[in-house]
Amino acid sequence: MKRREALAKLTGRERYVDDLPLQDFLWGMTVRSPAPRGRVTAIRFGEDVDWSQFVVVDHRDVPGPNVVALIEQDQPVLAAGYVRHVHEPVLLLAHPSREAVRRAVRSVEVVVAPEPPALDFRITPTPDWIQYGTDNVLKRLQIVKGDVERALAQAPVVVSGTYETGAQEHVYLETQGMIAYLEGDVLVVKGSMQCPYYVLKALQHALARDGPLVRVIQTPTGGGFGGKEEFPSHIALHAALLALKGGRPVKLIYDRGEDMAATTKRHPALVRHRTGLTRDGRLLAQDIEVVIDGGAYVTLSPVVLSRAIIHAAGPYACDHVHITGRAMFTNAVPFGAFRGFGAPQSQFAGERHMDVIARTLGIDPIELRRINLLRDGQTTATGQVIRDGTDRLVVMEQALELSRYREKQREHAAFNATHATRRRGAGLATFYHGAGFTGGGEVALQSRLRVAGRPDGRVEVLSANIEMGQGTLTVFTELAATRLGLAPDDVTIAEADTARVPNSGPTVASRTTMIVGALVERAADDLRRRVGLDDSARGAAVKEAIQRWHREHPGEGEPLFGEAAYEKPPDIAWDDKTYRGDAYGAFAWAAYVAEVEVDLRTCATRVIDFVAVQEVGKVLNPALAKGQVQGGVVQGIGWALMEECKWRDGAMANNQLTNYLIPTSDDVPSVRVAFLENPYPHGAGGAKGLGELPIDGPAPAILNAVARATGADPRAIPLTPERLMELLDGPASVGAQHAAPLR
Amino acid sequence: MLRPYGRPMAALSVSFSLNGSPVTVDVDPSARLLDTLRYQLGLTGTKEGCGEGECGACTVYLDGLPVNSCLIPTYQVRGQRVATVESLDPGALEPFERCGATQCGACTPGVVMTAWWIREHPELLGTHSIRELMAGNLCRCTGYDGIVDSVAEALRETGSGRRET
Repeated sequence: MKRREALAKLTGRERYVDDLPLQDFLWGMTVRSPAPRGRVTAIRFGEDVDWSQFVVVDHRDVPGPNVVALIEQDQPVLAAGYVRHVHEPVLLLAHPSREAVRRAVRSVEVVVAPEPPALDFRITPTPDWIQYGTDNVLKRLQIVKGDVERALAQAPVVVSGTYETGAQEHVYLETQGMIAYLEGDVLVVKGSMQCPYYVLKALQHALARDGPLVRVIQTPTGGGFGGKEEFPSHIALHAALLALKGGRPVKLIYDRGEDMAATTKRHPALVRHRTGLTRDGRLLAQDIEVVIDGGAYVTLSPVVLSRAIIHAAGPYACDHVHITGRAMFTNAVPFGAFRGFGAPQSQFAGERHMDVIARTLGIDPIELRRINLLRDGQTTATGQVIRDGTDRLVVMEQALELSRYREKQREHAAFNATHATRRRGAGLATFYHGAGFTGGGEVALQSRLRVAGRPDGRVEVLSANIEMGQGTLTVFTELAATRLGLAPDDVTIAEADTARVPNSGPTVASRTTMIVGALVERAADDLRRRVGLDDSARGAAVKEAIQRWHREHPGEGEPLFGEAAYEKPPDIAWDDKTYRGDAYGAFAWAAYVAEVEVDLRTCATRVIDFVAVQEVGKVLNPALAKGQVQGGVVQGIGWALMEECKWRDGAMANNQLTNYLIPTSDDVPSVRVAFLENPYPHGAGGAKGLGELPIDGPAPAILNAVARATGADPRAIPLTPERLMELLDGPASVGAQHAAPLR
Repeated sequence: MLRPYGRPMAALSVSFSLNGSPVTVDVDPSARLLDTLRYQLGLTGTKEGCGEGECGACTVYLDGLPVNSCLIPTYQVRGQRVATVESLDPGALEPFERCGATQCGACTPGVVMTAWWIREHPELLGTHSIRELMAGNLCRCTGYDGIVDSVAEALRETGSGRRET
């Protein structure tokens, strides 16, 4: 089936939040902190502005607790006299003219008495940096399997390495934005978001408004990638505060500069490995330390850290594993959810480290992975027994064949011998990604979903899971239609409006198709039973039964619907206290091969071929699935080679697409995609999660390829030409991993 | 006194052709064509992605050439022909639908405008690849394969393009 809303998007008819008609409204904007840390001693309003024309909101206008509700209740809606990062919201302004409000924002001076900011998460904070607990550690986690110290002491070989990854900006093409207005007593907030119920909860909490008095509606969302997971709650609150105080609708749309400066990014990470092995490459012990930069508030860092450490040991069998994780407080703009959610950082380190080990031991990187890849019956770092029937060696072999990896080794040797200034190489990464919330997270979400039967016999899926380009509308349509034997046109997907749809959980964590999609199937079954049919009834029989039900229940207020709630698969168990057990219901498995060419004169790296092979359960919609992988790979190429946040006082200095570069069509090759299918019994139609997996593999595959091509030993991304030049030329290339600090 | 939104401070009256019809608007001297189209003329198909000519989401045709409408002061288009995504024939966009040219859709109208221009000027492929010609339109979702394939397919259907992926 083709993407449902494709034609509306191609013709420009799809209406995003900034496209919606709105009458008699005010434009909202945010006044932000100029300093990374300190007490706000004054707010000066310029005399060149007639302030009586403006709605002005500060922290005293927050009716409830001045907190954006999330994991910890530590982040204010508006700073109350103290700021912890540059761009922290201090004041809100609204005016009918967008130009006037822009000028007014520039006329406000927020005066801050500066205090010493913590700006490097990699080093032990000095006493005057401490602002969270006793040590600035926002969260500490560990995984213990076996006895790693004893195993390391006895290992014939120990290989160590330190790896770093930089922040990454989402660059969804639609910037963030919200509109807010009152409809009678009900506050309505509409906008670009992944999680309508997160926004609802944040509004109810800080505005001290009862459930029915707040309604959140997702508008077509122009990309998210995690950037619209937790952050939209802030904009929703800001727009709502202005609308409530101003008594008129408010539209608050970030321009690109504000969006890049003030919203979250991927957590920077530092990962240290100490690995014990036999001389022929069998893993004996993995000691891994993962440190991430959380920024100035807790936000989602604890769960990002959790996913990072769970994936840190890679898809390998090892009896003795110790992984520690720390999320550090710094006075940086808070980091947040981004596709992969910690796993790309820790797997970049792990997969790059595998090639470092291979080079150290003098064995083939393929052989090293062949020896250690998980076989069915073996366990992950958390003790999860893998027994899904997928042969991970076959996944790798398929990637090697499709990329002609072995032939290319020979071709590259010949190419490099005959070209003075160009070097080619191929690199491999084998990796995995767990789908759905970690551990007991899915149980805690208590997701619910409905499929309603309409008087005309058509059905409507009522879910809080949203379309942001990844294909929810299409896949949910296919799932409901297939289950009930209906035509796709007989299925509609309700707008994600919290006044109508139940809470089926957030649109994150590669959970929408696999977990929520299964609720679509079960709610469809329930609907069929409620109209007196058994599970074999399909097509016309279903439509007629729905129509009959409506004829027999005329004028009933409550419409006809089937319902389903999440039920944990019986064979998985997780202990959050010990971090032991089944971290995810299912893992997707992948092997990616990157082929690069490095220009030794410019030190620029170009990816000239890319092969992505993965086992993701049953592929429900091959075209959409392929598009997800290709998009994720290219986002990964950007993270690996060019996307670099430049920092000034913990804020992004290059907050423009002019100098924060993402790949163009001319920067990347065609991404060749292949799927192996091994249906997952608990996923919708046999599917496993797919959306995040493709961003885990490109960076290590590319850097492994650069290492092969040039003989350099890059340990940090983005591997910009400048950083590669230091590695290839400078004396700094000895022990080079710290040669180019990321921040 | 509040100035009603959309009413310019020092209005210039600008007449031009928009999607084949004459139009006259009163605009502020600093108004961008992008904002005039979106907020004054209600043509919201043209999107703002970056506001500085990097992403191409706001691509329109000015006298037949694709331009970033965020970089064009509205007064400059007086007497000229402006065409937006709303002027394209939806029926001819089927290859873009089939080949996965759109995901989130925010870059899509700009992508479609540039792609359509290539389709109308197949001679460009004698000197440039599709990937080079599309490099002024940033897309964060598709990885570009869906877009490049769509352009190739659209060219093939018009019988004017060489096959390229």
